[in-house]
Parts: sequence; C-alpha cells; structure tokens
Amino acid sequence: MATLHTRSAARLMMAPSVLLLLAWMVVPLAMTVYFSFLRYNLLMPGMEEWAGFDNYKYFLTDPAFFQAIFNTLAIVLGVLFITVLGGIGLALLLDQPMFGQGIVRILVIAPFLIMPTVAALVWKNMFMNPVNGLFAYLAKSVGLQPFDFLNNAPLMSIILIVAWQWLPFATLILLTALQSLDEEQKEAAQMDGAGAWSRFVYLTLPHLSRAITVVILIQTIFLLSVFAEILVTTNGGPGTQSTNLTFLVYAQALLQFDVGGASAGGIIAVILANIVAFFLMRMIGKTLEA
Amino acid sequence: MARTVSSQRKIVNTVLAWTIGVLIFFPILWTVLTSFKTEAEAIASPPSLLFFDWTFENYREVQVRSDYFKHFMNSVVISFGSTLLGLLIAIPAAWAMAFAPTPKTKDVLMWMLSTKMMPAVGVLVPMYLLFRNTGLLDTRIGLVMILTLINLPIIIWMLYTYFKEIPGEILEAARMDGASLAKEIVYVLTPMAVPGIASTLLLNIILAWNEAFWTLNLTASKAAPLTAFIASYSSPEGLFYAKLSAASTMAIAPILILGWFSQKQLVRGLTFGAVK
Repeated sequence: MATLHTRSAARLMMAPSVLLLLAWMVVPLAMTVYFSFLRYNLLMPGMEEWAGFDNYKYFLTDPAFFQAIFNTLAIVLGVLFITVLGGIGLALLLDQPMFGQGIVRILVIAPFLIMPTVAALVWKNMFMNPVNGLFAYLAKSVGLQPFDFLNNAPLMSIILIVAWQWLPFATLILLTALQSLDEEQKEAAQMDGAGAWSRFVYLTLPHLSRAITVVILIQTIFLLSVFAEILVTTNGGPGTQSTNLTFLVYAQALLQFDVGGASAGGIIAVILANIVAFFLMRMIGKTLEA
Repeated sequence: MARTVSSQRKIVNTVLAWTIGVLIFFPILWTVLTSFKTEAEAIASPPSLLFFDWTFENYREVQVRSDYFKHFMNSVVISFGSTLLGLLIAIPAAWAMAFAPTPKTKDVLMWMLSTKMMPAVGVLVPMYLLFRNTGLLDTRIGLVMILTLINLPIIIWMLYTYFKEIPGEILEAARMDGASLAKEIVYVLTPMAVPGIASTLLLNIILAWNEAFWTLNLTASKAAPLTAFIASYSSPEGLFYAKLSAASTMAIAPILILGWFSQKQLVRGLTFGAVK
C-alpha cells in the first residue's frame, strides 16, 4: 500500500543514511586515489608533485609488499582453517545433551568479546613469553626448552591469537545452524540404519554448508584487516615477518609519513577486499530473496 | 521414537565439553586471577592458581599510573555515543525499507552493506589528514563520528531484519485509525521494535567498545579509549604482569558481561540475518 505520500516520506527517512554513507564511501576513497598518484610526504610539506604510477611501482616492487600479501593470506587462511574445523567440532559437541550447557556456551563465547589489544597482550606476556610465560613454565616442567613464540614463529603466534578470538564466533553460528536441523530427519536417517558418520556427511554437513559459507566470508572481511594484534605483539617484525597489508600501509603512513605510498597500498588493499566482498554480497543477496 | 541417550554418554559429553570450555576460557580466567596477585607471585614458578595472598593493590596502581577512569569514560562516551547516533539515523531508514519497500530497496541495502567491506586502511590516510586539519584528531566527537559511519550499515541491517518481522497489517490498522506517520513510529512501531532495537544497541556497543583500528590511530591521549589504554602496556617495564592483568580485567569486564546477555543477537547481527 505504498502511496505516493508514503513513498516520498520513505525517501526522506532514508536520505540521511544514504547521504552519509555515500559521503563516507566517496570522499575519503577519492582522496586516497588522488594521493596515490602524488609524491607526498608529511615531513616535506609543500613538495607535493604528480608521481603517476610511481607509488604503485614502488609498492609492487617492494619485497615487503609481497611478504605482506603472503602474510595477509596466511593469516586469513590459517585462522579460517582452525576456526572452521574447530567450530564444527565444538558445535557438534555442544549440540549434544549434557549438564550445564548454558555455562559452557558462556565460557566458549567469551574470547570473542575481548578487545583485540587485551587478547594480544595477555597471550604475548602471560602465555607466550619465553621467560615468564605459562607455556615456558609448562615446557620447562616436562624438561623441554621454552619456545620463543613471537620471535621464532611470529606469524603462527598471531594466527593462534586471532584464531582464539574467532573460534567462538564460528562455533556460535554453526551451533545456531545445527539447532535448526530437523530432529525428525535425523531420527529417520537413524532408523534407516545410517551410522553416525554417514548422518554427519549426508545430513548435517549439507545443512551446515550455508552457515559455513557465512562464517568463512564474514571472518575473511575482518581477518583481511587484522591490525591491533600485530601492533601490540610483534609490531610487524622481526623484520617484516608478521607484517600484513593493513600494518604495512599503517607503517608507511603514520611511521614514515609517506602519504603517497601508503595511499597506493590502501588502494591495493581495497581491491583485494573487493574481490572477497563480491562473493559475500552474492551470498547475502540470495539470503534476501529467500 | 524419542532419541534415548544413555546417561553414560551424557556424562562423557559433559566432561569433554567442560574441559574444552574451560581451556578456551582459561586465558581470561588466568588474567583475572593474576590481577589479584603481587608482581612477584604473578611470575612465581610454579604458578599458583588460587592459593596466594589476594590483593587489590594492582587496581589502585593502574588507576594512579594510567588513569583508568578517564579512558573508561572515553570508551563509554564513544561506544554509546556512536551507537545512539547510529540508531537515530538508522531507525527511519530501516523503517522505510521494511515497510515501504520499492524495487530498489534491495539494491540500496546491498550497497550500504558493501561500504562495510571497504578496508579501513584504504581510507586511513585521508581520514587522518582530514582529522588533523579540522582539529578532530584525538577528540571524542571525531571518534563518535567515525564509529557511527562504520557501524551504520550493520545497524540498518539488523534493524531491517527485525522490522521485517513486524506484521505490516498492524501498522496499516493504525494508519486507518488516523495515526500520523510520526505517531505511527512513536506509539506503534517503537514498542514492537524495542527488543530488536535493544539487541542492535547491545551488539553495536560491543563492536564499538572493542574497535581497535580507528581508536588506536586517531587518538593520542585526551580521547583515548580503553583499547589505547591497554596498548600503552605493550612495552614491558620490569615486573608488570599483575598490573597488566588488572588493567585488562577492567577493560574487558563491562563488555564481557554485556556480551553474555546477548549471545543470540550476536549471531543474528553479525550474519546479517543469514543464520537464525
């Protein structure tokens, strides 16, 4: 019953949101594109000049850039691997009848609510520290040499920390999806003689496929721009061993004041994210129709 | 035929689930416990879990050293401010899209969501410069603005999925009874939408509270929220585990409690209604 009156009212009500988001999307992004073609360093004000594709050339030939791309992908894939597999297992377990299920859920969801700076600092100091950390103590108590996580395996350590933060998210979503699985279907399969494994492969997994896709896509968006965890643990190091694209651009902009170079890096990050977003939007678009 | 579960299996499930649950929660538990130890006890070997002299000294020291309450207030103002402002802007938009949909509504929604996919680092440089040139750097108002924009798409989406479940007939009935548009929103829609609005509020406060890209890059000290307060503990200085733990506990406690109340909404909000 959308009359002309309500339609124009609707437009009016949407206007603030649309205009704000339009401005938010267009203005800074246009500026980034513009800066990316300039030689522009904050330490040398007034020296800005047109640089063409120099910034992109600089970025695309910098070994740190390829390391950053690799690290970005390693973080995304590593965390996805751990959280999706762990999440499926944990969700299946939590879906079983047990005592105190509500409390276990509360315990499991907690890491997701912790701010990234706290999570990273707690892991860095109280667990992964090679002298006073709990892992070092455990290693020593069984006669092993403590392992210096953040120096010897910085990327793996960051993946572990981030995976700890995102495992609850995957678990919670998969559990929610599991609980909507028709109980009668399971019973029917059971009566037809399907074992636990074939029930999982032919019934549960297909039912979960959509939730798994959602988990993968949403986590990917956030994981592409992991920042605080790197900042407070390794600062991208040693060298650039744990620098991802977000951190590289941050360092270029706010530590080296290279506006032009950082902008070129930012645009590359935007392009990467868009490739991922393309698939995600199609997913959610389908949901809307359903 | 109801599924019969042997009590033996139930006990195995319970033990297994509790073990994993406690392991996942352990870093947080350990942090809270360490915050009540003295610095010497915090690194004692072997570490003690419960049997140490409990002290509140660390909390006092953290407050003296880095002014917890200032950062706490900044976090509260920024997360509540940005969420409330976002709701104010989003409620009319979500209402319009849910109850007066046009063929373009879906595209508008998708486009709004797509702004969320832009990585923050892509616009870090211009935002930093804009903030510097307009004096918004290190101000609460600046952060409220940024976080409002960041979370606006999520707020609109969440509200939209909630509003869509409100039967349109009730609104039409109100309209027939002569209620104006404003009255319709205030007296009919809002009471029915309050649960949805409340969980949107909750989830976005959590997201804003924990946001750690803009809050770290656009603040120095004056407007620094708890994310930055904790980051200042990243360079070790002598014995500091107990103090770090106390600071961490204070930074996460409010949001941990809030989050436990809103588990379900978390799923719904973060998947944009794609998983229910």
